[in-house]
Amino acid sequence: MKIAVASGKGGTGKTSVAVNLALSLGGVQVLDCDVEEPNAHILLRPEVEETIPVELLVPKIIEDRCDYCGECARFCQYNALFVVGETAMVFPELCHSCGGCSIVCPRDAIVEEPRQIGRVLKGSAGDIDLVYGEINVGEPLSVPVISAVKKHIREGSTVILDAPPGTACPVVETVHGTDFCLLVTEPTPFGLHDLQIAVEVVRELGVPMGVVVNFAGIGDRGVYDFCEKRDIPIMMEIPFDRRIAELYSRGTPFVAAMPEWKKRFMDLVEWIGGEVSK
Amino acid sequence: MKKMTILSGKGGTGKTTVTASFAALSENAVFADCDVDASNLHLLLRPEVKETIEFRGLNLAVIDPDRCTRCGLCEEKCRFNAIHGFEVDPIHCEGCGVCVEVCPVGAIDFVERVCGHAYVSETRYGPMSHARLKPGMENSGKLVTLVRQNAKRLAEDGGHDMVLVDGPPGIGCPVIASLADTDKGLVVVEPTLSGIHDLKRALGLLDHFKIEPVICVNKHDLNSENTTAIEEFCVREGVEVVGRIPFDPNVTRAMVAGLPVVEYEPSSPSSKAIRETWSQIKRHLRMNE
Repeated sequence: MKIAVASGKGGTGKTSVAVNLALSLGGVQVLDCDVEEPNAHILLRPEVEETIPVELLVPKIIEDRCDYCGECARFCQYNALFVVGETAMVFPELCHSCGGCSIVCPRDAIVEEPRQIGRVLKGSAGDIDLVYGEINVGEPLSVPVISAVKKHIREGSTVILDAPPGTACPVVETVHGTDFCLLVTEPTPFGLHDLQIAVEVVRELGVPMGVVVNFAGIGDRGVYDFCEKRDIPIMMEIPFDRRIAELYSRGTPFVAAMPEWKKRFMDLVEWIGGEVSK
Repeated sequence: MKKMTILSGKGGTGKTTVTASFAALSENAVFADCDVDASNLHLLLRPEVKETIEFRGLNLAVIDPDRCTRCGLCEEKCRFNAIHGFEVDPIHCEGCGVCVEVCPVGAIDFVERVCGHAYVSETRYGPMSHARLKPGMENSGKLVTLVRQNAKRLAEDGGHDMVLVDGPPGIGCPVIASLADTDKGLVVVEPTLSGIHDLKRALGLLDHFKIEPVICVNKHDLNSENTTAIEEFCVREGVEVVGRIPFDPNVTRAMVAGLPVVEYEPSSPSSKAIRETWSQIKRHLRMNE
């Protein structure tokens, strides 16, 4: 079973839920798909066993063959090529690696060469396997790094995917193809606003979902009213508790210090299993 | 005109709380919310929308089954794994146009898609530029760029001397797009190990684009050891810490009331700290009263 943990709003506790869930179950694989700011490894402290570069093919112009016709630049939807006068330029960080420029070039003047945009790190912490991605600072395209992380999914076992914040393409890439999505939110107007958008994304993907309310006790009832109206189960509430916040600040998953929560996370997974098989 | 972008790396550290309060304290500024897929600034500034602009992102390939001869060349050439069974999956289509180009019988249309809306608005503190990306759409930074350009236009047309930008979390496309023309990057960090890790990557990004950073520690009293570690790190890196905001339940209460905390409860500990931070920033931007 593949469970994605997403949220819309940042800082609601996705990583905390994903890691505590993993530690409660044991023997699972965690994929940290927040490749811009991965944090699961800070809580899990894995021994990294393998580092794999993530590369994209980007165009290289062979000046001898190029006659500056500009076909490539006209074709490129991402403005990654620019031709003016006797100059043809490539902006590799804008390139999505579709390969179109080399197809349209009438003089075979474009070859593609790999360029590293990030890396995938694989390791383990006790009986938890962790795979996480890291985009190079200054690189804009996170989706290819996320799909590189997802290539390491261990089929047939329980996999927990920690999604990036937001509701755009990186979240879609993470949640797509999973069996269930846990949306972690906080009971505030910000949490509600972003939860509403995240619910639309997950619905569109056809993935069943449930909500975890973190920092329960602060804010207002908006999130609860919304979930009731939309018939989305609230599967867990984690209270606003200074002790949990302090543990997190030190990089300690709270189930390690509050083992009574392990049973609750195991029950949560049992509930998810029931929802998935419906 | 000065432009300051508020960012964090890690989400949920308090960017919007800080930006909204700065908006309330500012005298002649324009506000931009560059978080277009999980925007929140409008919940505190409550803008009145004056102008709505349709935003078209990348096109979508659509195969016409009547014209398609099922040769499969499109599927073979698509690098985004977006074509299966002679149909384009709109979720994975990145609008590159390769399939349209290679189709030997011209059976693939390249259609525009509305990916969101940009808004130009008025708030009780000044003009605001913001947007809403359709759920799940590609956030290539183009809509963020539109928000940024609209804010610049508002500032120039209205004679405003500052643009305050609420940035998105992370360090990818949308963040990079929001940083263009920025004079100063304010990184809001929380004193957690994750916060410190993400701060370093956010500072790396600002350095990459040669933007001078300043730092504000939010909820500094949550873990004073980590706050000290951040301050020592900043001293070593030559980055100034311009503010320390304590944990304060008034922040959430203000959010529920739909107000910046400095307006909701001006005497609260967080409001006092935010006012001090704001005056430090003004000094930094050489805009003393």
